[in-house]
Amino acid sequence: MNWRTTITALVFVPCLVAGAAAAEVAPNDVAFGDDGVSVSLTGVQGDVEAGAAAFKDRGLGNCLACHANKDMSKDLFHGNVGPSLDGVAERYDEAMLREIVINAKQVFTSETVMPGFYSLDVGKDVVKAREGQTILSAQQVEDVVAYLGTLK
Amino acid sequence: MTKRLMTSGLALAMLLAGMVGSRADPVDDTLVIDGQEMISRAKAPEGHPFDEVLSGWLFREGETRALEVDSFENPGMLAVEEGEAIWNTVEGTAGKSCASCHDDASVSMKGIAANYPKWDADSKKPINIELQINKCRTENMGAEAYEFDKGGQRELTAFIKNQSLGVPVQLDLTQGDLQSWWEKGKDVYYTRTGQLNLSCASCHEASMGKYIRADHLSQGQVNGFPTYRLNSGLTSLHNRFRGCIRDTRAEFPKAFSDELMALETYVTWRGTGLSVETPSVRQ
Ligand code: HEC
Ligand code: HEC
Ligand code: HEC
Repeated sequence: MNWRTTITALVFVPCLVAGAAAAEVAPNDVAFGDDGVSVSLTGVQGDVEAGAAAFKDRGLGNCLACHANKDMSKDLFHGNVGPSLDGVAERYDEAMLREIVINAKQVFTSETVMPGFYSLDVGKDVVKAREGQTILSAQQVEDVVAYLGTLK
Repeated sequence: MTKRLMTSGLALAMLLAGMVGSRADPVDDTLVIDGQEMISRAKAPEGHPFDEVLSGWLFREGETRALEVDSFENPGMLAVEEGEAIWNTVEGTAGKSCASCHDDASVSMKGIAANYPKWDADSKKPINIELQINKCRTENMGAEAYEFDKGGQRELTAFIKNQSLGVPVQLDLTQGDLQSWWEKGKDVYYTRTGQLNLSCASCHEASMGKYIRADHLSQGQVNGFPTYRLNSGLTSLHNRFRGCIRDTRAEFPKAFSDELMALETYVTWRGTGLSVETPSVRQ
């Protein structure tokens, strides 16, 4: 290890770590504005493919449980508890889609059946293993929002 | 505020649009078991959120529905036969079987289960068929209480409830404190649980008739329990309750806990007027 790498390690690595932690908005710090949530939760552009995967995954978004989506017509069993998401990007802009995914209760009514995917405002007796956790991570929210943006 | 109004108006319009001609309605069919017509639609009691209460049978696929129509085809009837054998089996220090005191169940138990849960003055709590069986086992037979879902509890319960096949569900909430347990059960029904933040009503009231994945959401009626589930066999009511709560990603209460006894009382009332269908067949 020469002096250059030592300095790099000392100076830059702590900055990067601190930077990453500061950039991620915690669930209780999300700023809900009149036009939705306009600031990315992570500052990292969402990945459409990863978003599609999280959307489908029954352990993550499980969005197909309640929403039909023609873009995923190869997957069986689309529910209809919520409206079809075909063309949803034409109905809402990115900030509104982000707000819907983070906490649909902010957009619809507190009675909505749609879970808040990045919210700690949850039901009682949350199973121990998930206490204090959100359904999706901040980056997964960004990924899902990027994917929703492709549904035109 | 405008944002909220606009979006909820839009969502409402979408929902309404989606409902037209969607695969959302329960079937228009009549459940006849071995020639006996069941009441699978009934006028709801006063204070009920729906106008009509509907049996879960109306929400199932044709093949599943067909299995319940003929008791020779109904896989749950095997369990009922096992329950009948238990009814006639001597157990415990008193050397008695259920039949020693209650004789022919088709006479002594006819219509009885349609009025459960009842008020139990001894424990000052609601009592269901499972707990009444345990009461007779411990107090009248000198036998041990069954553990939840074990030792024939489901089979014997199915046998007793099957003696009320076709009889409409009707609770007497004026017994003891049953009304206050009904209130408590109503609270449980509308309380959101778990990380998914859903209540019973989110699925069985607000989304009744819709599909969640492949499942056609019914009113969550209890008139067919214990029910024969095609993927897991004979299933007790409290097991079903716990499964539905678990699916919201919540810790679930113990079987026969005060919380679930209150819930059973309230949910049974929500099915007032439906025929007892035990053992119903569901997927
Ligand atoms: C348990 C059911 C449920 C799940 C799971 C669910 N939603 Fe929803 N969603 C709804 C309901 C119901 C509505 C309608 C809002 C209302 O009126 O309450 C809705 C509305 C929406 C809307 C607005 C659609 C429109 O056209 O107005 C979007 C976008 C959306 N959901 C995205 C998602 C995504 C993405 C996921 C997965 C991460 C998801 N939903 C998971 C029930 C659900
Ligand atoms: C020694 C006699 C005796 C035996 C044996 C006995 N019971 Fe009972 N059972 C009673 C009496 C007495 C009552 C009514 C008083 C009460 O509720 O305890 C009763 C009540 C019941 C009831 C409630 C009836 C109603 O009108 O609500 C059910 C159900 C029942 N028994 C089932 C069983 C079953 C199942 C067994 C066998 C596991 C059994 N009993 C064994 C004496 C007996
Ligand atoms: C996430 C949605 C969801 C929630 C929340 C939920 N259930 Fe269910 N429940 C289902 C599904 C799906 C089924 C199977 C299809 C059907 O009958 O609706 C079911 C079935 C049932 C059944 C069996 C119905 C029959 O005909 O055999 C009962 C009873 C029931 N639920 C009661 C409850 C109660 C009580 C609660 C609240 C503690 C509850 N459920 C919460 C989804 C849910």
